[in-house]
Amino acid sequence: MSFFHFLQQNWTELLQRLNEHLWLVFISTLIAIAIGIPTGILLTRKKSLRGPILGIANVMQTIPSLALFGFLIPLPFIGGIGARTAIVALVLYSLLPIIRNTVTGILGVDPNVHEAAVAMGMTGSQVLWKVELPLAMSVIITGVRVALVIAIGVATIAAAVGAGGLGVFIFRGIRQFDNNQLLAGAVPAALLALTADFGLGLVENHFSVNRRRGAVTSSARKKLTVGAATAVAIAIITALYVGSRGSRSHPSVAQSARVVVGSKDFTESALLGEIVAQMLEARGVSVERQFELGGNLPHDALLVGKIDLYPEYTGTAYTAILKHAPITDPRAVYEQVKQEYADKFKVAVSEPLGFDNTFAILVRGAEARQLKLKTISDAVPYARNWRAGFGQDFMTRADGYPGFAEAYQLKLKERPREMDLSLTYIALASGKVDLIAGNSTEGRIAALDLIQLEDDRHYFPPYEGVYLVRQDSLTRMAALNEVLSKLAHAISTDEMRQLNYEVDANKRGQADVVRDWLKRKGL
Amino acid sequence: MSDASNNPLVEFRDVSFSHAAASAPVISHLNFSVQQGETLVLLGESGCGKTTTLKLINRLLSPTSGEVMVEGKSTAAWDPIRLRRRTGYVIQEGGLFPHFNVKRNVGLVPSLEGWDEARTNNRVDELLRIVGLEPADFARRYPGELSGGQRQRVGVARALAAEPPLLLLDEPFGALDPLTRASLQRQFVDLTRRLKKTAVFVTHDVREALLVGSHIGLMHKGQLLLLETPENFLKSKNEQALAYIETLDLAPADSHPAEGRA
Repeated sequence: MSFFHFLQQNWTELLQRLNEHLWLVFISTLIAIAIGIPTGILLTRKKSLRGPILGIANVMQTIPSLALFGFLIPLPFIGGIGARTAIVALVLYSLLPIIRNTVTGILGVDPNVHEAAVAMGMTGSQVLWKVELPLAMSVIITGVRVALVIAIGVATIAAAVGAGGLGVFIFRGIRQFDNNQLLAGAVPAALLALTADFGLGLVENHFSVNRRRGAVTSSARKKLTVGAATAVAIAIITALYVGSRGSRSHPSVAQSARVVVGSKDFTESALLGEIVAQMLEARGVSVERQFELGGNLPHDALLVGKIDLYPEYTGTAYTAILKHAPITDPRAVYEQVKQEYADKFKVAVSEPLGFDNTFAILVRGAEARQLKLKTISDAVPYARNWRAGFGQDFMTRADGYPGFAEAYQLKLKERPREMDLSLTYIALASGKVDLIAGNSTEGRIAALDLIQLEDDRHYFPPYEGVYLVRQDSLTRMAALNEVLSKLAHAISTDEMRQLNYEVDANKRGQADVVRDWLKRKGL
Repeated sequence: MSDASNNPLVEFRDVSFSHAAASAPVISHLNFSVQQGETLVLLGESGCGKTTTLKLINRLLSPTSGEVMVEGKSTAAWDPIRLRRRTGYVIQEGGLFPHFNVKRNVGLVPSLEGWDEARTNNRVDELLRIVGLEPADFARRYPGELSGGQRQRVGVARALAAEPPLLLLDEPFGALDPLTRASLQRQFVDLTRRLKKTAVFVTHDVREALLVGSHIGLMHKGQLLLLETPENFLKSKNEQALAYIETLDLAPADSHPAEGRA
C-alpha cells in the first residue's frame, strides 16, 4: 500500500491524532508559559533563587520521558494515565527554556533604559509591564519557541501513557514493521514542529527588528501586527476546537460504573484488552480503553486503581514483578502468582486463557529444513557460525540469554546484537542474523517462514495469558466475573497467533478482528 | 549660595554615601544648596561621586548619613514615585525607551500622571518645538531612527514634559560630536533661562561647566572642594580648579575630547 493510499484510508484517524497532539502541546505550552514567565520574573528579583531553580528545571529536562511517565503515574492529582500525565510531563520539559529566556531577556535590558524608567517615576509594576517585558519579549518568545518544538517532539511519546497523539502511529509502526504508520506519525509531527518554529520566528522578528532598530515603516508595522494577530487568533481557535474534541476523548479516570481496561503496548495485549472490552460492552457495561501502556505502567496503574484490569503473562508476573527465579512448571507458577497477587496487591488472577506466549527460539525455515533442525539442541553445533539478535528485554532478564546460553552450552560467532524485539523478525528473515528469541504467538512466524525450535531442555518458564483484575472491581462489577469465566481456556496458541497475524500482517483493525473472532466463538 | 533666600529647592545636609556599610564612602559630608532658577554644575573626573550626588536627589540612591532636602522636605519623607515625577532626568544618550516612538517617550510622565490625551498631545508638540524638532516629522519616529543629537533633544523634552520644577542631567551631551554638543549647550542655556528651570548638571568638561552653569561645584574624591560662580571659579587658586583651568589654554574650544578622563 502506498503512503498516500494509506493516508487516504486513515484520514479520519490522522486528523484525530493530530488534534490530540495539538491539544497536548497547546495546553502544556500554555501552562508552561503561565508558570515559566512569572518564575523567570521572580528570579530576576531574587538572585539567590536563580541557581537552585534553574538547576531543578535543568535536571527535569534530562529525565528520560518514559522514566518520567513511570514516576508520574502513581502520583495523586497530577498522575494517572492519559492526557493529564502527558501534559504534566510536557510542562516539566518546557519550563527550562521559558524560565531561562525570561531571566536572560529581562536582565539583558539596557541598564540606562531601566534607570531612566525608574527615574521617570514608574512604579515597579509599570517598569515591568511597560519597559522590561516589552524589551525582553523577543528573547522570551525565543524560549517559548524552543519549548514548543520540544513539546511537539516529546508529545509523540505521550502515546505510551495512553494520551494519544501522533505517537500512536509511530509506536504502532515500529511494532508492526509498517513504514506507512511510522511516517503517518513522524511526518506530521515534523511538519508541525517546523510550522511552529517558523510561525513563532515571525512573531519574534516582529518584536525585535521593527521595535528596536526602527527599520520598518509604521504601515508595514501595522500590517505585521495584523498578520501576527490573525495567526494567533487562528491558532487559538484551532486549539480551542481541538481542545473541545480532545477533552471529550480523554475523560478522567473512572471511579464509577465504568470499567477501565488497560493493556500493554503491543498488538497481542491490546487484542486481549479489546476482547474483554467488547464482551463487557455487549453486556451493557460502559468501558474506557487505556491501551498501549509501556513498560511497567499497566502494573502501576492497576495497583493505584487507574485501570480495573489488564492482560498479563504468568511468567512475567512471577519473575519480573514478584522477582522469583524462573521455574518451568506452569501449574506451580500460576498458583504462586495467584496466591501472592491476592496477598500483596489485592488483585485477582483469572483462569489461564489457554495460550502460552513464551520465548520462541526461531530460525529461518529454509535452514531448518536443510539442516533438519527440530530442537534447540539440534541447532547448537551450527550456532558457532551464527549471529543472533535479541530484544533488550531478553538480554537482561532472569529467564533470558545468560541462563539460556548456559543451559544449552550455546556458543555464538559473536556477542548477540541487542535491538528492538519487533525488528528481530525482519532481521532474521532478511539474513541479518541467524537466530532470534521471539514470542511464540507472534503472528508473522508463519508468514515470514520462520521455524520455532523445540525447548527440549525445558529452559523457558511458562508465559500463560491471564487477566489481572482488581478485587474491588470484581465485586463492583458482576459482568466482569462472567466475562472472565467465559474466556477461561478459550484462546489457543494457534488462535492467538492468527489474531496477531490479522492485525500485524493483514493490517486489519483490532476492533474488527476481535469482533469477528467473538462471533465465530459464539462469545 | 547666592541671595539670602532661605528656601532652597535642593539642600544637602552633611550627606555621606557608601555602597556597603564597610566600604569606603563614595561621597562624604556634602553640604550645599541650589536655589530656585539656578543651574548648578557638578564638575569632576570619573569616580569623584558627582553622579552619585545626582542620584541622591531623586532617590535612586538613599544617603548613608545626613539628609537630602527637596522643596524643603527630606527625600526619605517623599513618596519616591511623586518625587521622581517632579524631577526631570536626562542621561547620556537620553535613556530613551527603544520600543516607544518619540511621542510616547516624551508623553510618558504626563500619561503616568493621568493627563488626558489632548493635553498630552499638545504638550508633546509644544516640547518638540521647544527642543527644535518638528512634531510632524519626528513624533512617530522610534529612537533607532534618530541621530544622537536628536535623541538627546528628545531626552530633554521628555524630562521637561510634566513641568517639573527641577531638572537633573548626567553628562547629557557627553556622547555627541563637538558641533552638535556646542549647539545643544547653547540651546540648553537659552531654555533654562526662558523657562526659569532649576537644574543640577553633571559633567567632566570644564568648558561645558563654564557655559551652562550659574554655579560650578568642583568635586574630587567624594568631596565638594569649592562652589563658585563661573567668574570666581576662573579666579580660584585651588589646585584642582587650576588643573581644569589650564586645560582651557591647551585645547581649542570645539576639539576638546568628550572623554576627558583625568
